[in-house]
Amino acid sequence: MEHIVIIGNGISGVTAARHIRKLSNHKITIISAETEYFFSRTALMYIYMGHMKYEHTKPYEDWFWKKNRIDLKFGFVKNIETKSSTLYFKNGDTLQYDKLIISTGSKSNKFGWKGQDLEGVLGLYSKQDVDLLETLAPNNEICKRAVIVGGGLIGVELAEMLHTRKIPVTFLAREDHFWDNVLPSGDASMISRHIASHGIDLRLKSNLKEIQSDDNGRVKAVVIEETDEVVHCNLVGLTPGVSPNIDMVKQTNIETDQGVLVNQFLETNIENVYAIGDCAQQREPIGHRKAIEPLWYTGRMMGETVAQTICGNKMKYKPGHWFNSAKFFDIEYQTYGWVFPKPKEGNAHFHWKYEDDTKCITIEYENATNQFLGINTFGIRMKHEVFDRWLTEKRSADYVMAHLQEANFDPEFYKTFEPEILERYSESFRMA
Amino acid sequence: MSNKLNPSMSLAKPDSQALSKTQKLGVAIGVIGLFIMILAFFNVDFPNKTLFLSLSLGMITVGTIIFSNNAYLTKQAGIKNDGVWFKSIASRGFWGWILGIVLTLFYIVLYFKAEWLGLAAKGEANSGLVALFDPLSQLLNGGPASQWFVYGTLYTVAILVFGYKFMLKYRHNKHQLLRTVSVMFFQLAFAFLIPEFMARLNSDSFSLPYYDLKNIWPLNYYNFDKYRVDSMIEAGDIGLALLIFGILSIFVITPILTYKYGKRWYCSWVCGCGGLAETAGDPFRHLSDKTQVAWKIERWVVHSVVVFVTLMTTAVIYSYLGHDSSKYWLTKDVFLLSVAGILTIVFALVMIFKRKELAKDAQYGAIGYFVIIMVLIGMHYFSSTKDVFLVKSYTLQSSYGFLIGAIFSGVIGVGFYPIFGNRVWCRFGCPMAAILGFQQRLFSRFRITTNGGQCISCGNCSTYCEMGIDVRAYAQKGENIVRSSCVGCGICAAVCPRGVLKLENDSLKGRINSNDILLGNDVDLMDLVNQR
Repeated sequence: MEHIVIIGNGISGVTAARHIRKLSNHKITIISAETEYFFSRTALMYIYMGHMKYEHTKPYEDWFWKKNRIDLKFGFVKNIETKSSTLYFKNGDTLQYDKLIISTGSKSNKFGWKGQDLEGVLGLYSKQDVDLLETLAPNNEICKRAVIVGGGLIGVELAEMLHTRKIPVTFLAREDHFWDNVLPSGDASMISRHIASHGIDLRLKSNLKEIQSDDNGRVKAVVIEETDEVVHCNLVGLTPGVSPNIDMVKQTNIETDQGVLVNQFLETNIENVYAIGDCAQQREPIGHRKAIEPLWYTGRMMGETVAQTICGNKMKYKPGHWFNSAKFFDIEYQTYGWVFPKPKEGNAHFHWKYEDDTKCITIEYENATNQFLGINTFGIRMKHEVFDRWLTEKRSADYVMAHLQEANFDPEFYKTFEPEILERYSESFRMA
Repeated sequence: MSNKLNPSMSLAKPDSQALSKTQKLGVAIGVIGLFIMILAFFNVDFPNKTLFLSLSLGMITVGTIIFSNNAYLTKQAGIKNDGVWFKSIASRGFWGWILGIVLTLFYIVLYFKAEWLGLAAKGEANSGLVALFDPLSQLLNGGPASQWFVYGTLYTVAILVFGYKFMLKYRHNKHQLLRTVSVMFFQLAFAFLIPEFMARLNSDSFSLPYYDLKNIWPLNYYNFDKYRVDSMIEAGDIGLALLIFGILSIFVITPILTYKYGKRWYCSWVCGCGGLAETAGDPFRHLSDKTQVAWKIERWVVHSVVVFVTLMTTAVIYSYLGHDSSKYWLTKDVFLLSVAGILTIVFALVMIFKRKELAKDAQYGAIGYFVIIMVLIGMHYFSSTKDVFLVKSYTLQSSYGFLIGAIFSGVIGVGFYPIFGNRVWCRFGCPMAAILGFQQRLFSRFRITTNGGQCISCGNCSTYCEMGIDVRAYAQKGENIVRSSCVGCGICAAVCPRGVLKLENDSLKGRINSNDILLGNDVDLMDLVNQR
């Protein structure tokens, strides 16, 4: 029986622990300095919005861990001494491991802006961030305006959160359309309009110059780079993405770059030390994927995989077809396969948008062969399993468009758009 | 009444969740409407009852409409759960408890002290609140009102006005719109108007029990009482048709519809208890208990109620049947044998074909079955003409009526909406739901499917499940949700921010699945682990 120690109780670490328990009788310890129990990070926004309380974000009841013999330790790991396989805690505790999994997640990016550490500036990643937000922006009298910097998924979540408290939001994004470094322009511009339609003051092509302080070291205003406009505010949300939370690891002899460097078996340069989830960086990126994938789904998949390796069934991390999802205010987004902001060379896009401006799809396919490569769908739910199969079978775009109904996952009685989409798709070829 | 972790120190307006001016106006109008009824309750004798009753019901309706329009139509269509846990009334705060206490008291008076509402003794005129409803009762059934007429009217108004509110709240969701129109229709037509018109048809020479036709045994536990069966038989063809319809409802119609659509066809589209829960009860749906302990209690309690109602009904029917088969083919013994026969067939079929799916619950099922059979045998040997086990069968029924019919379904079921959520009765007490659920679990095309690996374990589905099902526990395993308690309201699918859940009817094959590794990972790993 070995002692498996996991640093970080997010989705990656917890998935690894659960699977190790299923496969083995090892002693398992999960360490966290954030919360005593595992909660769903993706649900943090709903606590501030009043949809749920913190306890609802915990996927397992508190007795689950003891019943499954998974020890939980609340504490902050200060250092890892790999030679003696020892963890050193901030409070002086130590812990021996036989195998170590580093799953410390991410931290919010800060790009050296003037004033980025003032009181009233925060990111949105941890439980502590949401607690702080509750104190800084409980309502629109204490927080009269908020400025969000960075037009990604976390930024739009923060905008939606503040909006529920009726706090006016100015949203700075450097892109031409919201998130158009990921989304094709048709999708991105529809989402931009949707965000603005909720009363968010969305400023595109706008960068942050500096954050200004009042006499007490609190946020007073931000200055926009392009126009030198001063926007008065009580809160600044910095959401220009996240990076691996590995400051502690950097001082050890575990090799790091931006993240903890791992091979495809999720092994670090040190034997018996693994890294998974947001904090892991693949030495060789897999397919079109980035070397660091700060994503719920990939974290979970790495957890599933590393558990096999640790329990004696050595296994490469080989994620299947890319998929992801998000929600932009009222519009749900799912993606399967690859759709790039601009079609890759030799590829083309087909874009369809419904007249109400809340539903659209974009597919990417190969021009020469008509092979279907991926889909973005907004406002229409589609089946993961069906697209996964079509991608494996290398179906043509023609086939996918003709059979789109099979992939529909909207609730019963919903209006269906497949005939309209197919018609538009066929038209686009007639015109070409 | 903030439930937040760091309550704001601001005294003026802690949460920005305060009602808008228009919403306050709506509340005020509605409260004045209610106030007229309170005055009537305290015996204020309104001169023109038609006018004041119309005024009262009208103002409640208009107030709710003004409130709902302002709350939902001023925003874009979409999920509207902002601040639910910050609202005192919806999060077991001060106003939640006040509402719970008021509703509970109302039910206690309604069931046990109807004279306080102004119900007159026979031959006298009503007073108080009941008298206020006399004009409407005269209009519909030609007679004076009773406490049940008052209750039925208020119940129907509640489903209609809060149904309207619900429809605005979920106006982006056609499934929810249709479902709500359905419960509003069934309440207004079947539960309210048709019985009143049926009552009108009765005369001295013709008497037929008038009732809500969609109220099926065992929910309608007194459907086969002697006086009802007698009067149905005496009423000729129509009465006989009603009696046959009542029997077919539970033995033929219900199983077919539940096989095709799951128990939702009844619980979330037709039933009056469900109708109230889904409309007036909707703001409290997140208060249901999701712990595993609650689930265990639920299964014991609700199935005990089924055993109780089965025995009680058997005893009642047994008590009024004769011994002599030459007078009527259905004698005491034939009846007992057929009950035992039906139960044995059901039990045998389940054990032969569905044993594996039931797993450990099969033992409990077997215990329940044997208890019933032993009691039936006991009935045959130890009961006299009038009594069953020395207890009058109608005593058995009146205790059921008191414990289950009144205390459970009314006082706890609705009175505790703001404390335990809106489906306490349906979850812990309703024998109909338990029987439909039993079939739904074992023999139905209905399930909630999950969408591959897309779940992010956020917990919205579990939080807003009124039946206290931990939906997320299934969704995050990529497992279909096949639970006997699921009433198929579809709210889990509505609130899911990632499009993971869908209510579906499909073939029985592969309905119950479970994946250790979710879609999206290495294909070999998925095969290796999931095919095990």
